[in-house]
Amino acid sequence: MIRLTINGREVEAPRGSTLLQACQLNGIEIPTLCYDPDLRLAGSCRMCIVECKNRPLFLASCVAPAEEGMVIETHSDQIMQARRVILELLAARHDFSCQTCDKNGDCTFQDYCYEYGIKESSFEDGGRRIYTVDDPNPFLERDYNKCIMCTRCVRACEEITVARAINVENRGHHSKIAVAFDGYLEDSPCVFCGQCVMVCPTGALTSKVSAGQGRAFEVDRVLTTCTYCGTGCTLELNVKDDRVVGVSSNREEEWSPVNKGALCVKGRFGWDFINSPDRLTTPLIKENGEFREASWDEALDLVAQRLQEVKDQHGPDSLAMFTSARVTNEENYLAQKFTRAVLGTNNVDHCARL
Amino acid sequence: MAQEYRIVLANAGKIDPASLDDYLNAGGYKSLEKVRTMSAKELIDLVRSSKLRGRGGAGFNAGMKWGFVPETAPETYVVCNLDEGEPGTYKDRTIVEADPHLLLEGMAICAHAIRSKQGYIYCRGEYPFVVDHLNRAIEQAKQSGQLGDFNIEVRMGGGAYVCGEETALIESIEGHRGEPRFKPPFPGVAGLWGKPTVVNNVETFANLPAIVKNGSEWFASIGSPNYPGTKVFTLTGDVVNRRPFEVPTNTTIRELIFDLGGGIPNGKAFKAVQIGGTSGAFIPEHLLDTPLDFDSMRDAGITLGTGAVFVMDETRDMVDVVTRIAKFFEHESCGKCNPCREGTFRSYELMKKIKTGQATPSDVENLSTLSKVMTKACLCGLGQAAPTPILTTLEHFSDDYKRRLLAAIS
Amino acid sequence: MTNSIGELEKDSRCIFVIGSNPTDNHPVIGMKIKKNVLYNGAKLIVADARYTDLASIADVYLPHLPGSDVALLNAMMNVIIAEGLADQAFIEENTEGYEEMAKVVSSYTPEYAETITGVPADDIRKAARLYAQSGPAAICYAMGLTQHSTGTDNVKSVCNLAMLTGNLGRPGTGVDPLRGQNNVQGACDMGGLPNVYTGYQAVTNEAARAKFEEAWQVKLPDQNGLTLTETINKAHHGDIKALFVLGENPMMSDPDLHHVEAALKHLDFLVVEDIFLTETAQLADVVLPGACFAEKDGTFSNTERRVQRVRKAASAPGQARPDWEILCDLATRMGYPMSYASSEEIFKEITSLTPSYAGMTYARLEGKGLQWPCPTIEHPGTPYLHKDGKFSRGKGAFSAIEYKPPFELPDEEYPIVLTTGRSLFHYHTGTMTRRCQALDEHVPEAKLEVHPELADKLSIIEGERVRLSTRRGSIEITAHVTERIVPNVVFMPFHFTEAAANWLTQSDLLDPVAKIPEYKVSAARIEKL
Ligand SMILES: Cc1cc2nc3c(=O)[nH]c(=O)nc-3n(C[C@H](O)[C@H](O)[C@H](O)COP(=O)(O)O)c2cc1C
Ligand code: SF4
Ligand code: SF4
Ligand code: SF4
Ligand code: SF4
Ligand code: FES
Repeated sequence: MIRLTINGREVEAPRGSTLLQACQLNGIEIPTLCYDPDLRLAGSCRMCIVECKNRPLFLASCVAPAEEGMVIETHSDQIMQARRVILELLAARHDFSCQTCDKNGDCTFQDYCYEYGIKESSFEDGGRRIYTVDDPNPFLERDYNKCIMCTRCVRACEEITVARAINVENRGHHSKIAVAFDGYLEDSPCVFCGQCVMVCPTGALTSKVSAGQGRAFEVDRVLTTCTYCGTGCTLELNVKDDRVVGVSSNREEEWSPVNKGALCVKGRFGWDFINSPDRLTTPLIKENGEFREASWDEALDLVAQRLQEVKDQHGPDSLAMFTSARVTNEENYLAQKFTRAVLGTNNVDHCARL
Repeated sequence: MAQEYRIVLANAGKIDPASLDDYLNAGGYKSLEKVRTMSAKELIDLVRSSKLRGRGGAGFNAGMKWGFVPETAPETYVVCNLDEGEPGTYKDRTIVEADPHLLLEGMAICAHAIRSKQGYIYCRGEYPFVVDHLNRAIEQAKQSGQLGDFNIEVRMGGGAYVCGEETALIESIEGHRGEPRFKPPFPGVAGLWGKPTVVNNVETFANLPAIVKNGSEWFASIGSPNYPGTKVFTLTGDVVNRRPFEVPTNTTIRELIFDLGGGIPNGKAFKAVQIGGTSGAFIPEHLLDTPLDFDSMRDAGITLGTGAVFVMDETRDMVDVVTRIAKFFEHESCGKCNPCREGTFRSYELMKKIKTGQATPSDVENLSTLSKVMTKACLCGLGQAAPTPILTTLEHFSDDYKRRLLAAIS
Repeated sequence: MTNSIGELEKDSRCIFVIGSNPTDNHPVIGMKIKKNVLYNGAKLIVADARYTDLASIADVYLPHLPGSDVALLNAMMNVIIAEGLADQAFIEENTEGYEEMAKVVSSYTPEYAETITGVPADDIRKAARLYAQSGPAAICYAMGLTQHSTGTDNVKSVCNLAMLTGNLGRPGTGVDPLRGQNNVQGACDMGGLPNVYTGYQAVTNEAARAKFEEAWQVKLPDQNGLTLTETINKAHHGDIKALFVLGENPMMSDPDLHHVEAALKHLDFLVVEDIFLTETAQLADVVLPGACFAEKDGTFSNTERRVQRVRKAASAPGQARPDWEILCDLATRMGYPMSYASSEEIFKEITSLTPSYAGMTYARLEGKGLQWPCPTIEHPGTPYLHKDGKFSRGKGAFSAIEYKPPFELPDEEYPIVLTTGRSLFHYHTGTMTRRCQALDEHVPEAKLEVHPELADKLSIIEGERVRLSTRRGSIEITAHVTERIVPNVVFMPFHFTEAAANWLTQSDLLDPVAKIPEYKVSAARIEKL
């Protein structure tokens, strides 16, 4: 453990911590934009700066090691002013269309602007650079008019998905997030996993599938397990008015042990079958080659009667059940119990091999 | 009357730079032979006690820097910074053109201290002829066995100014986008390919053979005690003698411009001098008696930088000059960190506004606030130093600004 | 999987991927493997007839012909034994049957295997050395290894290889089948198989049967039942009269759809419970609407044996109900009252009857879930099996396995090998993903992957429609010319009803043990339209 002083208070932190970690451990909140605990450090947004006695420069706390005896101020006037300037600089390039933004209420940049009282920018005279928003892929919207260049998307793509589809292009004020040669994601190694959407702190990257269907503060997030492949990723179904309107990630290992929030295209963007108009909504009975709607009572009575007849006439082994690799354990259990205990046969299987 | 004192340019003009024999006849590679009889620790102590400080801008004690390299590191690198991206600076080129083996010998001395087998010279992209020149010298030194098992390669820079910053330079050698890394870790601990690396300027390396030969006390006694030795300055702008001068570090700015530089041509009056390159401070008349050593300059709010000295006479308008500089930084920002990427762009915008007479006092206020934040909040030296011209001209030449603002109001 | 997914990201120093394309089929596992290989220095060996994404970053790529797995694996073992790279201590302490296996393997020199697999002998050597010498090594496989007439042999060979090098029972080692569907593992664990109750307790085992008879208060049948493919065949013959299909779609997923269709039509009675009117449901007499995963509570067991919660997020549409409620209702109507207040209550019954799940409760599953075996309420679960080389049933048995060619080799009439699989953007029979707007827009149709050489020979160009035929039938499909596949093999995904691959695959000849159809090898012919 080392000891240091933060905002006049003596605190302790494990040797090897960054200043940010030391602050967090001691309940002091530091704003961050580029920092992401799962990604390589960038140290580039400079929102997390703090003052250290006897150091001429501010320290970016996310990358600065905490050292014995440091005297740190995290919210001094100087620091607050610097953070306001940084936010104003970003605000000058940011398209504040919060009213129609899917990230409204779930946007780190918006939160900080509120916290630091940024209503407008003193630096806007030259106007914003306008980026076109026309990536034709059906999964994710890329609106770099809202981008604050934190590069979390680039790092997530490179380090979590290992697709390396996007990068920082150009230099200085012209730098932007782009696919090689300014192309479309579809022509890149992008696998549409949406990890970039997951880490983006603003509305620059959002899901096209969920667009306009509900903002963070309007939805409940229900933690569950993906219905597709056997990896068993954890995901959150976003629910508004009893309707699934999107998927988000829980990135805590404690709640997402397999994938720490990472998903693939099916898990993240393949949820809307749930609301498909093709869903079956009533039992159907076939008569003269045509289906007609039926009540549960009628349908189940018919099934019970027909199965019983076959069993009585041809013996239990003339019956069989295909259970499913997609339904729950509990349902599989009941399916085989039903087959064995009720139908009286061991003819139960599923498509494990297919 | 101030005089030149030549250490790194001692052979300049006296030997044929293309001839290894000339260098050897002038006593070349003797110091390298000598260090081979010393332990790494002895050598580092010698350099440390000579108080040789980096000549690339940051003024860090060279011996101390070498001392950060862990003794047990199996793989280390020596990197020479010959990026010299500062407009108006050509001292490193001058040294290398005049005496390439001096640099190689200096690097090899460093290699002995940090047990390195591989060195790189990162050469400015605009200097292809220097690359040829260096490669020839390396070939000669290798053929004749002077460098022993130390190998040196020349790498060409891509022309970005920020690549002179040591960590961006390392990224660039590694083949990545030339962007600075945050520090710590410093290159001495984790540099090129994550291995301990010493990055020094050409002039820093070039001082080493003389220090080894004449001893640390000899060197420490030259010039200012805290920043001993000599410094090569390149004079440009409104000054009679526009060429490099190597002077002891206790020489004052006035002596450099008026004694050696021959003063202002055409009978014009002196207005300002910018020292240290594009990001250097603008110095008015009343600070001209400051000695040209790192600490005295710093106390006067000036960074010594690379040794570029840009003299301006009374006809120059500071707003014009600084607007051009703001444009340079807007162009050279690498774009990695927010305050610099956005700040250099907005500074240039505000300067243009001032220059065209459209600015209000609150614009100047904003510019000043922004500039102060940048000096403390940017990730690397480029963004931290970029506002210096704005801040120092606002301080010392505020009339030039006010004139433009008045125009806006009337 | 014997081991855990997380180990593939850091602990494994070498990963051998055979018959599996994780970046498309288990994408998040694929990401972890890539990370380990590209950033943590793990070695990668990929054996596949397709040049997959992982193949492109592999240290050794082995493009072996479909169906030649045993020859390839035997040759690797041949090299390992010949070069003294086997883990003798592990073999002596923990295994049996080594001699017989070694004897068979001794004739599979890399040169001989080259003639069967098409893989250069030196590459086989390189792969063998990498696998044996890199430190903890894992083998990942999927349907590309199992969907063969020799599927069981292939899996046994993979186990041989792991035991031979002691690559079991430690983090980063293991034999890791990557299960294709979210709850295949769970369906098997729950006894959704004709020969076992939950936790693989055999129906032919008296004690096990007695236990379940006691718990369920009913006399239970004592003979193994029929597998899915056998059931279809028996239905065809008229021996199976009625079939209950719960959330499966054999009319897409099963081999030789002509045969499946005829079989299902031959039934006296077919009930299908599903969330959509699938190809199979359309043939049903009664269709029952089920709730999907978002509309019910329960658990899934993933490929690393981790049991995790599924939670209800929204109501099912219309009158649709969770499958477990429907089954209870039906059982009750058939004179066997079944009633549970919740899925949790069912889970309690499961854990009371299943030793490997015995220590689990819904409360304990909160958060990270639990990996079975988890026999007691204190047990933390089991991230990797066979710790310290201890196998559950005494010693690990080597199997001596000879290479057998696939049933259907190419001939003059059908000169090409057709192999089938999945696409990143779709899932299984497409029932769900084809109804996801973005996924279906992105990949709306099946494409047949054809190597440029073959395309040239048949003068087929990119995007051209072709007729693809086997002895079972033919379909029309768009050709995609790509070097990602070896020249005499073509690949197609099976998700698309418009061009369902399983009209072409065969169902007569199954793997004799696992009864798996040979999806990965059919002799085929391509014609221009
Ligand atoms: C934007 C920027 C540009 C720089 N350019 C150069 C350069 O061209 N040459 C140089 O030697 N040092 C340059 N430096 C300083 C280097 O980062 C580094 O401090 C120096 O090479 C260390 O050598 P020294 O200790 O011998 O001075 C630059 C620094 C910054 C921030
Ligand atoms: S969707 Fe995935 S692969 Fe595509 S750019 Fe985003 S992170 Fe990269
Ligand atoms: S798109 Fe989002 S994540 Fe990427 S740099 Fe911009 S703000 Fe950051
Ligand atoms: S998100 Fe993708 S990888 Fe994860 S379980 Fe779902 S389908 Fe599999
Ligand atoms: S200060 Fe400027 S040059 Fe330096 S890292 Fe930041 S953006 Fe790049
Ligand atoms: S959060 Fe520290 S620099 Fe961005």
